[in-house]
Amino acid sequence: MSITLSEAESRRVVTRHGVPVSPFVTGTSTDGVIAAVENDATVEFPVVAKLCGRAIAHKTERGLVKLRIADEQALRVACDDLLAAARPDDGEVEVLVSTMVDGNRELIAGLNDDPQFGLTIMLGVGGILAEAIRDVVFRVVPITEIDAAEMIDDLATQRLLEEFRGEPALDRQSLIDALVGLAAVGEKEAGIRSVDLNPLILVDGKPIAVDALLEVEVDR
Amino acid sequence: MSHDLSALFDPKGIIITGVSNHPGKFGFVTLHNLIVSGYEGNIFPVGREPGEALGRPVLGSIDDVPDGQADMVFICTPQAVNEDLLRAAAAKGVKAAFFAAAGYREAGPDGVEAERRLVALADELGIAVAGPNGQGVVSTPSKMCAQIVAPYAPAGRIAVASQSGNFVSSFLNLSHHTGVGISRAVAAGNAAVLGIADYVEWFADDPETDVCLVYMESVDNGREMFERLKAVAERKPVVVVKGGASDAGARAAASHTGALASDDAVFDGMCRQAGLIRARDVEEAFETAATIATQPLPAGSRVVVVTTVGGWGVAAVDAMSGTRLEATPLPADLHAAIDEKLPPRWSKNNPIDMAGGETRDTVPEIMELAAAHPEVDSVLFLGLGIQSNTAAMMREGDFYPDHGLERIVGFHERQDARYAEAAAEIAERTGTPVLLATELANARPENPGPAGARAAGRMCHSSAGRAIRSLELMTRYAQWRRARGL
Repeated sequence: MSITLSEAESRRVVTRHGVPVSPFVTGTSTDGVIAAVENDATVEFPVVAKLCGRAIAHKTERGLVKLRIADEQALRVACDDLLAAARPDDGEVEVLVSTMVDGNRELIAGLNDDPQFGLTIMLGVGGILAEAIRDVVFRVVPITEIDAAEMIDDLATQRLLEEFRGEPALDRQSLIDALVGLAAVGEKEAGIRSVDLNPLILVDGKPIAVDALLEVEVDR
Repeated sequence: MSHDLSALFDPKGIIITGVSNHPGKFGFVTLHNLIVSGYEGNIFPVGREPGEALGRPVLGSIDDVPDGQADMVFICTPQAVNEDLLRAAAAKGVKAAFFAAAGYREAGPDGVEAERRLVALADELGIAVAGPNGQGVVSTPSKMCAQIVAPYAPAGRIAVASQSGNFVSSFLNLSHHTGVGISRAVAAGNAAVLGIADYVEWFADDPETDVCLVYMESVDNGREMFERLKAVAERKPVVVVKGGASDAGARAAASHTGALASDDAVFDGMCRQAGLIRARDVEEAFETAATIATQPLPAGSRVVVVTTVGGWGVAAVDAMSGTRLEATPLPADLHAAIDEKLPPRWSKNNPIDMAGGETRDTVPEIMELAAAHPEVDSVLFLGLGIQSNTAAMMREGDFYPDHGLERIVGFHERQDARYAEAAAEIAERTGTPVLLATELANARPENPGPAGARAAGRMCHSSAGRAIRSLELMTRYAQWRRARGL
């Protein structure tokens, strides 16, 4: 059977392989979270705070995502609220705090264990519209940098990757590195069934995942 | 595992089982097709009733075949007797078998069991088994049409492996139509032993083959197929068309990525990664294989269109939008060189629209200037056959040959033949592909333009759009190779 890791667990795994995610810290108490933010040089306000746990599938629908938190005081309130919202059947939970990153363009990337070809990697035009737009390209894992570059070239919506509304063009090498890193997650971690990096926001032309979900096969 | 299929494609002698005098039966038809295609090896028809068929003696048993005179057996007999026949054939030195016979996996549980036994027997006897339930095998270097249906095909450099026999026939018919020939063709049938990858691997080593052309429906072991076909694509171009591109995206997916992973999208990505040239349909697949088989690979994506009148050029440029191909702006020195050849009303742009300003040598000269230019990667000439089409109406009208018509008709027809010949010669000499397109290839194939392309062994596309599509697929393959230093 397979289980879905929490966002915090998923982020820790993909980060090990060089997948860029928005800067984040985690904690299991409000004081712990505040201390983690103070001790971390990368997380900057405004931040987003989310309650994470393996059993929590629909964070947004349950109001477990707090956006645009401006300062420590507001973060303290948000953490208290999130931890109070945890239900007994959520199991182990933690609060994830990460820098809010801004960008108009969202991509999606992921891995999927295909019944015919085994582990495959996907890049697409993403965000909440990904499944409607269906501008996606796949490759079989492992991939080379050349394969990754060709994935980018194969997207139909090339115009989205050029200079766009005052934002610079996609830094292709950054996206190649992210894809090669994502493929490495599939190669080096045991039992990967799927990975979603959605969305992958282009910030100054570079992709940064602001959500990550890993589904892994586990022995019972 | 790589199989030696030389006895299947170039047998020195063939045993056909199930031969009778009934012209509707597979054994008879196969014997007929083998003889009329000019097969020069030994043919040993074997049937239940010894006697004669098509003037050839029919043997009552494989035991009557002389030892070592046949290395291939073509099986048209009912499933129940075929294991004994295969053993008997093996005893005579047979190394390859084509099973046209049905009654195997496609025929229910008993057939599944029979097919399992056939696989085990092939392994035990060391025989390369094609089929069962296949339509046959064609090999022009051996003048061999071992098929239960038509057609044979002109000789050429394209090798076909298909999971559907019908599409073997389609490809061979398109080969007849275009004149671009075939080296080998095989229907995989149920592919009990030999599958698409086995054939294509053998084609990769085949000195008679330059391009592989594959029709597939099912992908049983995708990962293995990916690895094997990729290794072939690194050596020779492989054009693939896939049927049954159904959307299995409905499979329960826990992830967005899984939900977006339609079979078709994943297959497409596999093809791009493996360097497989994926065509949308059978016609496009054949035309692309035929173009690759008869043209040099382009060095890049810059295309120059040469045309005698405007509209066709516009259509060609339209067809390039949304592709990797680019109607490249004319380099200044090329522009200047064309100025020397044409009156001032020419388009001064790409497409090079000669606007009727051409004289006797202009078309070949401009094709040459474009193809030889280092900043031009491909040339497409539109307007082939237009002069001969005018000539045809003159020739067929009541005034011919008087009023000077005979002379002008002869001139027009010679010109188009020359253009076709020049396109082939220039492509060969410059290493730049020079494609031709005119609907006359379909409408009036006897027109000296398309007929000249045929005589030069080249594909003449029936529209600018189709030529651009072949060129795009070919250019992508060239880019795939170049990116990998191949």
